[in-house]
Formats: sequence, C-alpha cells, structure tokens
Amino acid sequence: MSGVIGLDQVALRAYRGMCLARAFDTKLSSLYKAGKVFGGVFLGRGHEAVAAASAAFLERGRDVYNPFIREMAGRCVWGDDALLEACRSYFGSALGCMGGKDGNVHWGQPTQGNPAPVSHLGAMLSVVAGMMLAKRLRGEAGGVGVACIGDGTTSVGATHEACNLIAVEKLPVVVVVTNNRYAYSTPNCEEFACADLTDRGKGYGMCTYSCDGTDFLQTLSTMRQAVESARNGEGAQWVVATTLRMCGHGEHDDAAYIPAELKEAYAQRDPLDVARRQLLEKGWLSEQEADEMDAVARDAVQRALAQAQREDPPAPRTVDWRATSWNPQGA
Amino acid sequence: MSVTYIDAIHRAMEDLLAEDELVFLYGEDIAGSFGGAFKATKGLAEKYPGRVMNAPISEDAILGVGIGAALGGMHPILEMQFADFGTLALNQMGNNAGAHYFRTGVPVNLTLRMPCGGTPGGGPFHSQSVEALFAHYPGLHVLTPATVGDAYDMLKQAVQIPDPVVFMEHKYLYRRVKAESFTNPDPLPVGRARIAREGEHATIIAFSAMVPEALEAAQLLAEQSGYEPEVVDLRSVKPLDTDTILASVARTGRLLVVSEDFPWGGVAAEVVARVAAEGLHLLDAPPLRLTSKESPIPYHPELWKAHRPSAATIAQATRYLISL
Repeated sequence: MSGVIGLDQVALRAYRGMCLARAFDTKLSSLYKAGKVFGGVFLGRGHEAVAAASAAFLERGRDVYNPFIREMAGRCVWGDDALLEACRSYFGSALGCMGGKDGNVHWGQPTQGNPAPVSHLGAMLSVVAGMMLAKRLRGEAGGVGVACIGDGTTSVGATHEACNLIAVEKLPVVVVVTNNRYAYSTPNCEEFACADLTDRGKGYGMCTYSCDGTDFLQTLSTMRQAVESARNGEGAQWVVATTLRMCGHGEHDDAAYIPAELKEAYAQRDPLDVARRQLLEKGWLSEQEADEMDAVARDAVQRALAQAQREDPPAPRTVDWRATSWNPQGA
Repeated sequence: MSVTYIDAIHRAMEDLLAEDELVFLYGEDIAGSFGGAFKATKGLAEKYPGRVMNAPISEDAILGVGIGAALGGMHPILEMQFADFGTLALNQMGNNAGAHYFRTGVPVNLTLRMPCGGTPGGGPFHSQSVEALFAHYPGLHVLTPATVGDAYDMLKQAVQIPDPVVFMEHKYLYRRVKAESFTNPDPLPVGRARIAREGEHATIIAFSAMVPEALEAAQLLAEQSGYEPEVVDLRSVKPLDTDTILASVARTGRLLVVSEDFPWGGVAAEVVARVAAEGLHLLDAPPLRLTSKESPIPYHPELWKAHRPSAATIAQATRYLISL
C-alpha cells in the first residue's frame, strides 16, 4: 500500500489518528473523574506514535489488526468508525459492537479482521496466528496481521507459545511490542532479565527491529519495513518500540511509582509534539492545518461521546442472554 | 466386519475432510506418517496434504489458532494429546472461545477433541475426565459419546454445530468398544440422552466409559437379584437432557448417577441437583452419586480399579439404593 500512497499521506493519516486518540483520552479522563464511566479507563498517552504506526500500513478487509489497551490511535487509523465504537464500548451502548456485554478497551469486529480482545494478556497472539492461517488455507494471499502487546505481556506463557508457533509456521504476523517501561507498576528490571526485548524476538527466529516510540517518523518507517517484509513472505516480524506511559495503568492509578526524572525527561518527548514538529519540518503540514486537525479531532470526540451517552443502554429483559448460537431442539 | 470406537473417530474425520473443505486438523504429533499418539489421524495427512498439521507443544496456542481460524471461516478440529493437558487450553476455550458468541454475536465454530479417562497404568496426568471443568464455562457444548455409532455421528455433528464443541473421547473405549458398523440407522441429535437399557427399579445415569460399566452392573443385578435398573446414556453432558432423566426417574423413583470424574462439583452433582430441584416429588429415595475417589488417579492398575466406579461397585450402589 505504501508503494501506492506516499509516506506523507500515511503520516498525515497516522497523525490524525493520534490527534483523535489524544482528544479522546483527555475527554474520557474528565468523564472518569466526574464518575460518568462504569468501570476502569485506560489511556494511551505516550503511546500514540507507536499505536498509529502499528495500523498505518494495514488495509481493512485484507489485513488483521489486533490492538489492545493503549492503541486508540491505531484503532482510529484502522477505521473511521473506531471513535464512535470506542465511546459506545465505554458507555455500554446497545448499538455498539459489543452491545454493552463487554466494555472499555475490550471491543472488536471479528468478522472485519479486528478480533475482540480478552483480558488475558498474550491470548490474542495465537488468535491472530489462526486468522492468518485461515487466510493461507483459503488461498487468500498478501494479508498481514499486526498484534500489539506490551513489555509485561512478553512474560506471559501464552505469548511464548504463540510467538514460537507464528515463527514456526512463518506466518505474516508483525508483533509490536510497546515497551513503556512499566507493566502496571512493575519496572522492566523486575519483568525480564534479557538485555533487550529484541532478544526475545531473535530467540523465536523472527526478524527484529527496535525504534524510539516517541519518534513518530522513525517509528512509522520501522513499521513500514516490518509490514512490507511480512507482506513479501518473509514471515514473522518483531518490533520493539520504547516509550513512556504518560499516565497511570488506568485512570485509577496515579503512577507515583514512576520516578519524577523519567516523567520530566519524557515530557519533552510527547509523541504528539514530536510528530507535529516533524510534519511541519517536512512541510507535509502547516501550522494552520495542524491546528485545524486538532480542532476537528476535538469536535469529533465531543460528538461521538455525546452520541454514545445518548444511545439506549442494553436492557436486561430483552438482551440476548444466550451464550451459544446453537441450542438443542426443545431446550 | 467389526469396527472400534477409535475407527469411528478416524472415519468421521476422514469423511469430514472429504465433505467439508473448510475442515482442517491441528494438534501435536497428528501429521506425517505418525498419525497421532493413538493413531486417530493415521494416514489422513497423506490423503489430505496441508490439512492435517502438526502443532508445537503449545496447548494454549493450539486453541488460539483454532479460534482465529474459525473467525477466518474455517472449521478447525483441534486435538489435545490427552484431556489432562486440556487444562493448559482451558483459558482459551473458556474465556475466549466460550465467551465469544455472547460478547460479539459471532460464533466460533471449532471442535476440540480430547482423549480422556482412565486406562490401566495411565497415572494421575494421563487419565482425567475434565468434562466438568469445560462444561462450567458458558458458551461451550461438551459431548461424551459411549458407543461406536455415537463416536462417529457426534463428531460429525460437532463440526456442524457453529459453536465451540468439546468432544470427549474415552481412551478406555478406543479399542474395547466394537460394533458391526459406524452408522446408526437413526442417529439421535446432540442434546438427547439415550435409554441404553430399559428397566423399572432404579435409574442409573452414566456417560462415556461408565455406560458399559453401568450396563454390565444392570446385567449382574438382573441375573443375581432380579432387579431391572434402567440405564440412561447422557451422550452429552452439556446440553444436559434433563427431560429424559426426569422421565426415567418418574418411572423408577430412584436415581444413581455414575461418573468417572472426581466428586466435587462434577456432572453427577449437576444431575442430582437438577433432579432434586425439578423432580424431588418423583423420588422414593435420596438420590445417590457414585464417582471416582477424592484423590488423584493412581498409577497401579489395582489402585486405579479401586479408584473408579466399576460394574461391581455400581451394582452394589444400586442394590443399596433399591434397599432404601
């Protein structure tokens, strides 16, 4: 796809997704603090560049995209319906793709290449593998699956099983590991002992990449290379992008365990600021256009949140409680 | 011609591969000329190249691949080498596949084959009956065939059911249960229990390898004591055919439920709970359960025989039930 559409167009689409995600996070945080959201709220602040890049080279209908907790920017790049669906998910709208039966970041459109994540970390990697295996068995060539995980998920047994299998089957899957240095409150040094998370990808026999996840254009070009390699039949790819979570694990968490120096260092490297600066320097975006994009994003977020809050909630008396689609006759 | 229970399973998969191009088989050691730890897939990889695939030793990922492949439109049949290792896939099956239809409205059409149950010398980790663990999760169907005909028909029906199905195939029955033919002239649908033997003095509910034990017990009782117990083969533990169970209890007034599983919270407990809740007035005596012991499954054949229900202990329990 990047061969047809220039990197400037991809970058602008990705940046638009980042603006939407940041505006969404800002509003959602306020609504959480005002007690308007049922459960937890999980933001992607600091992850926007990696998230947007993870979806930037994918095509809905052909590819598979498996975002998880902090990939709102990637979801917005993957599809224009993401903003409304994310709002519906948090507010449990009956019209959302989960119909209020699941919520917050646990939503997907599995028939459209976007599987609905479960909370068990690492469990979706093998599901992505299966979706790509189905394409192979059905003779559908050229698709790529991107599966997003974090540093903490690299410790999960399911991750190991799936990554090994993906590599053994040479499936066109890109595993994007966003290392934000903390798995909830646990720092990298208590999470793994290898020198670098790319070592893990090498161990699986995957082609590995690492990039600075706060550097928008570097992350974008790394993802382009990884997705193109997978698309060209070079098998499994492992991308490690390092950034900092500029928020708590969820909005209930003040992240007091992250040292102040680290927070200050990353304050200078906010992916939104870096991306804007880089797009201006390249001449792909003017100051005025950037401001407009921001304003449009904020308006879109307002509208989507208002709509989702207005929509009917699911009704316990009329909702479909069946757990299986098939039921025996007479039962 | 005499065919076995495992022949029926092999034949069902062979026919499914021939009839449904979306079917593929995935599991440990099932491909190549090896054809599986129990030879259930022997020769199928050669006959259907690319559709019988070996997986790494990764039970969780095997299930995940099955879920993804089903979402991609395929009809995967997955194999756990032993049902005991199904616990390693329980998260994917229960939390991911099982929850999927309710959460998204999209069913996950996968079949999970699990060679289950005890055999002499199997020991604690190659003998378990884990149907209750899987049946506990909403969203799964759990089939437990006891005959050659059911092994064939129900595996084929499992793939036609659009939801995740656990197919519990009992290793003790693999080569011990034989029939003249695979085919039932009039196969029952999944969800219907079968009256395996008609009787009047007590109802013995059994499934899987406990069905032949219960039938032998009934024969013993008839010969030795003149009692005629009715034996009901559940065929599937989920769906559970409460109607057939209650109808039988209404005829006999006495209930014994036999299960090879551990006692705590198992299928036997579920059946007793349902009969107590819906048919207490039908009972002339307290309902009884006969299960394996509340201890891990032992290795030595003499210990193993004493650990699980047998024709002799089922007959003994039935005599006691009738005496109440």
